[in-house]
Amino acid sequence: MIAALAFYLFAAILIASAVMVVTARNPVHSVLFLILAFFNAAALFLIAGAEFLAMILVIVYVGAVAVLFLFVVMMLDIDFARLREGFQRYAPIGAIIGGILFLELLLVLSGWSFADQADDLRLSPNPGGGVTNAAALGRILYTDYVYLFQIAGLILLVAMIGAIVLTHRERPGTRRQNIAAQVARSGSVVLEEVPVGAGIGTLGIRRPPEPEAEPPKVTHDAHHGGHH
Amino acid sequence: MMRITGGITEMTIGLAHYLTVSAILLVLGVFGIFLNRKNVIVILMSVELILLSVNLNFVAFSSFLDDLAGQVFAMFVLTVAAAEAAIGLAIVVIYFRNRGSIEVEDISTLKG
Repeated sequence: MIAALAFYLFAAILIASAVMVVTARNPVHSVLFLILAFFNAAALFLIAGAEFLAMILVIVYVGAVAVLFLFVVMMLDIDFARLREGFQRYAPIGAIIGGILFLELLLVLSGWSFADQADDLRLSPNPGGGVTNAAALGRILYTDYVYLFQIAGLILLVAMIGAIVLTHRERPGTRRQNIAAQVARSGSVVLEEVPVGAGIGTLGIRRPPEPEAEPPKVTHDAHHGGHH
Repeated sequence: MMRITGGITEMTIGLAHYLTVSAILLVLGVFGIFLNRKNVIVILMSVELILLSVNLNFVAFSSFLDDLAGQVFAMFVLTVAAAEAAIGLAIVVIYFRNRGSIEVEDISTLKG
């Protein structure tokens, strides 16, 4: 009962925030509603019993992807009012195609049921018992699906390198250390013998002025000593 | 035979509930792509919504079939979605740097 109410609540907020993502005037609001949608999707995952994926969704999506969107939206100086031209023009055709898609999905869902042998065809059944979701996922992720896991890591590596290569640029006018050139300059580095003390006298280089000598303290002892 | 069914008794959350939510989310994502034809950032966000609905489907089926393969696959979808968002936003940044706007109507000048 409680789970059902929670499901309806989170699903309603998820769909409402998804609507706001696509219709918000300000893209910053879109990103913030996207974060709200991710949180509610994570709650739905929790209700479905996928705790590990729910936490991954919060950490990866809210913590990384949505913040990346937020950075880009705020970094680029974009005239968002101009980008909204044609909003009314595209709304009807979008609604028509979306409606058709939704009807098709409903048709598929209404005429569909699990196969009889679906239970036997499961690829990696939940071990159940005292094994938590994260532990069960770890058991199969590092054994049965280890190649896919490695490929996922490679995809992330390629994405990282690609993003760096795409956005990296050489700015004219900036100076930076060129270590190879620095190490390779042999001819221009000469050891010169400078006469000792020449800097003070002949070359005219002055030392910083010495601090003024403190006036000699007149102590009682000195005074008395003078008298005697 | 089947202890797992998508059938819904009263007030219990079945598979059909999850599939409906996910279908609505997918349609909203497609609608968002049509609605924000010029703003490529919102298009990327709509793609994220679509991938989220796919993940919701995976998790729902995984949960109701008691099969963990769906959750593993959802994790890979998450990976690909993160990579796609990073690359897409990098392309947006360099496009903005070159053109001074992110209108994607005339983005076909990128070809070649």
